[in-house]
Amino acid sequence: MEIIRKWVQTIMTLLVNGSWSFPFTRTIYQGPLKVVCSPGLNCYSCPAATTYCPIGSLQQLMAGIRIALENGQNFFGFYVIGTMGVFGGAFGRLICGWACPFGLIQELLHKIPSKKFSIPRNLKYLKYAFLLFFVILLPLVVVDGFGYGELWFCKYICPAGTLEAGLPMLMLQPALSQTIGLVFFNKLTILIGFVIWSVLASRPFCRTTCPLGAFYALFQKIKVVKLRLSEENCTKCEACHSVCPMGIKFNEAPQDAECIYCLKCMKEACKFEAISIEIAGISLGGQESVKPPRPKRNNAVA
Amino acid sequence: MAADKENKSNPVRVAPFITILIFLVLGFIGIMTGEVNRVLEQAVQVCLSCIGIG
Repeated sequence: MEIIRKWVQTIMTLLVNGSWSFPFTRTIYQGPLKVVCSPGLNCYSCPAATTYCPIGSLQQLMAGIRIALENGQNFFGFYVIGTMGVFGGAFGRLICGWACPFGLIQELLHKIPSKKFSIPRNLKYLKYAFLLFFVILLPLVVVDGFGYGELWFCKYICPAGTLEAGLPMLMLQPALSQTIGLVFFNKLTILIGFVIWSVLASRPFCRTTCPLGAFYALFQKIKVVKLRLSEENCTKCEACHSVCPMGIKFNEAPQDAECIYCLKCMKEACKFEAISIEIAGISLGGQESVKPPRPKRNNAVA
Repeated sequence: MAADKENKSNPVRVAPFITILIFLVLGFIGIMTGEVNRVLEQAVQVCLSCIGIG
């Protein structure tokens, strides 16, 4: 299953970064596919990007609401929020585990041998603050003399933008290097921090900072695809705890909003068919492989 | 058989489809107001803020 997931992640990464003419054009893809939303976090200023980044576009629309309204354009971000909501309602954070290019990068970095550390659980709330303040409120409220806001998350935080767009664009257009300043070095420092953190801990950006992950997490209770725990089959052996890349104790919190549906708990850890996939209330019946049945307590004594 | 029994006791959840429908309508409103062109305009330009330059 993990191999299939890696393939899907790779294919999705290539699909949203499918324009490879940039070594010749020395700029980004500018075709009509850019009206399509990338389900995962992928900077649309990446030279290869063929889709738009929902977080970047949402900030752009929030930052420009005043000017749009003054010009008689009712742009409230409905198209972007609608698309994100459809993804969220259908898949939720399954997208983080299967379709996010920056998630894949973090997973690959985490494979580098080193001492591994856990991430404090409380840091997960930070990403909701980034979504609320840096993506919505600050671009909407803090405006310049012309009534235009800034893209706070993109400009001051997003390491995906620095990695996928900032550094490649500096290589493609060396003249841009004359314009870099504190903002760029701040973002470069954040990127380096997340690269090192990703080696030491599993998916730190997804767990603490990603506003797109925070948005999808809002759909945890009402999305189509879910994981289900069979209380009857669960032995509370806690095998699911050790394999989870998001630090979830699945048998204690099967509906944890951090779950990215990598299915490691179901396919690699659980030996008792206690975890199954459910699609809109219909169980798919759990694992297909033959696994030993749960030992009966009465027999265990004998 | 067991799976059938379980499915009968857990009817299809409608909430996800209502949620998706609401967001589809929202997206459609966005399309009708011309937001798609605005998104395209932004996405085809190099966003200097996005890459930390400017």
